[in-house]
Amino acid sequence: MNWLTPAMVDLLVEGFWETLVMVGISAAIAVALGLPLALLLHATGPGGLSPRPWMNRPLGLLVNAVRSTPFIILMVAIVPFTRLVAGTSIGTGAAVVPLALAATAFLARLFENALREVDRGVIEAARAMGATRMQIVTKVLVPEALPGLIAATTVALVSLVGFSAMAGAVGGGGLGDLGIRFGYQRFMPEVMLTVVLVLILFVQGLQSLGDWLVRRLSRR
Amino acid sequence: MAAIALSRLSKRFAPGAPPALEEVSLDIAPGEVFGIVGRSGAGKSTLIRCVNLLERPDSGRVEVLGQDLMALDEPALRAARRGMGMVFQHFNLHARRTVAENVAFPLEVAGMARAERERRVAELLPLVGLEAKRDAYPAQLSGGQKQRVGIARALASGPRILLCDEATSALDPETTAEILALIRDLRARLDLTVLLITHEMAVVKSVCDRVAVMEAGRVIEEGPVFGVFTRPRQPTTRRFVAEVIGHSVPPGTLSRLPQPNPGEARRLVQVLFAGPNSTRAVVSEASRDFGVDMNIVSGRVDEIAGEPFGVMALAAYGAPDKLEGALGWMRSLGLHVTELGEAA
Repeated sequence: MNWLTPAMVDLLVEGFWETLVMVGISAAIAVALGLPLALLLHATGPGGLSPRPWMNRPLGLLVNAVRSTPFIILMVAIVPFTRLVAGTSIGTGAAVVPLALAATAFLARLFENALREVDRGVIEAARAMGATRMQIVTKVLVPEALPGLIAATTVALVSLVGFSAMAGAVGGGGLGDLGIRFGYQRFMPEVMLTVVLVLILFVQGLQSLGDWLVRRLSRR
Repeated sequence: MAAIALSRLSKRFAPGAPPALEEVSLDIAPGEVFGIVGRSGAGKSTLIRCVNLLERPDSGRVEVLGQDLMALDEPALRAARRGMGMVFQHFNLHARRTVAENVAFPLEVAGMARAERERRVAELLPLVGLEAKRDAYPAQLSGGQKQRVGIARALASGPRILLCDEATSALDPETTAEILALIRDLRARLDLTVLLITHEMAVVKSVCDRVAVMEAGRVIEEGPVFGVFTRPRQPTTRRFVAEVIGHSVPPGTLSRLPQPNPGEARRLVQVLFAGPNSTRAVVSEASRDFGVDMNIVSGRVDEIAGEPFGVMALAAYGAPDKLEGALGWMRSLGLHVTELGEAA
């Protein structure tokens, strides 16, 4: 264990913190943007609350385009945009921009699926009771889909942890970057192993928390 | 004035597709329980959904309590919908709301304050016998209990009209009877007009005052339940009626019936007892007065819409003219006599 110097411990702690920041902030942004996007996709889709194919198709196409671009390419491709938003294209803050973008598209689809799982009969009943579209969204669609939305967020969080490892390419730091630089480039497999172990534990924790929430929230 | 007046409703889901509704007109009087019966795909579901405009007909007029619904804008239509309760086949409850919260939903939508909502829910739950379940979630309830929640929810905003979309089709016969009794009881207590659709004639028989039979998007027969059951005119109606008051005699039984003596004839008939002469000793009177023998092959007595009603299969033996005379006499009493024919 002679590689585990205080300096290395500091690096690990710092890397974990950076991962946490990147994943946390981009996930928060992705939920905030992805949910309205999913509601829009769901509402304008066929059989939705107000079907509008001319809006739904381009929106769906855009979401798919972002989702099908490999993250490492997306990150580089949107550098001008990142610079506009974050003021810089290098560092942890800058890495949040492409992460949030990728996660938003990802979550929008997952959220849309969760919304689609809501029993159409319940929505129809709400219409029959004189609910407005907005009331249907806020009092039926989102509350009924909540367990599904949480499950989707958990999946997205876990994917974000994976994506964040690539953030090293723009100097974003984080555990993944640490693993590559020390473990691979400096031939220190112990560091790589430690990083992987920490990540496994982190992901397990996220997943268990998500599952627990879903269990608590669903009343089936 | 009719509580619900539908006139010449037509609806097609796709151009060129067979019509879901074609020129359907119905008047439902205040306080009556009106049933619409038909096979799946007959258009009855579309029709009931047109009453609160969940489905908009292509043409025609929907008038509820004197209000022309098709002429209303969105907010006015929503207000009109609050005046109509709707109960669904699959209950359509919110899985993540408790019983009390489900029942309160229409009140919440209407903007009622929380305290007032809770007071109203406390009035509604005893009405459907669910006080003890107020904090349960739908998944913890039986089908019958779920439908009681559905009914309490439908009644929450004090509607004059209750629409039941196959409300008992997902329930077992015993629970169906309970729910129908509840609907009948609530109709009387709350002075409701009930429109229900079903594919089960038994439901119509036990709860409706009037019935319309639908087929291929049209109403093919309509009238008071007792009349439609005892005197069905259309083949489809007859098949529906036969489900409930079936009288078929097993072929094995028919083949075991004795053959007529030489020079005599045998007639197999079904006699429907309804109306003022339904309690007369018809069989023995006919045997005595016409000198024929009557063998009762099957029979049952039932009640339809609260009126007694009997159906009997008879094998009558005797001289052909005597038989004709006996059957003619029965018809003259107002009994409905139909030939069952000689089964092979």
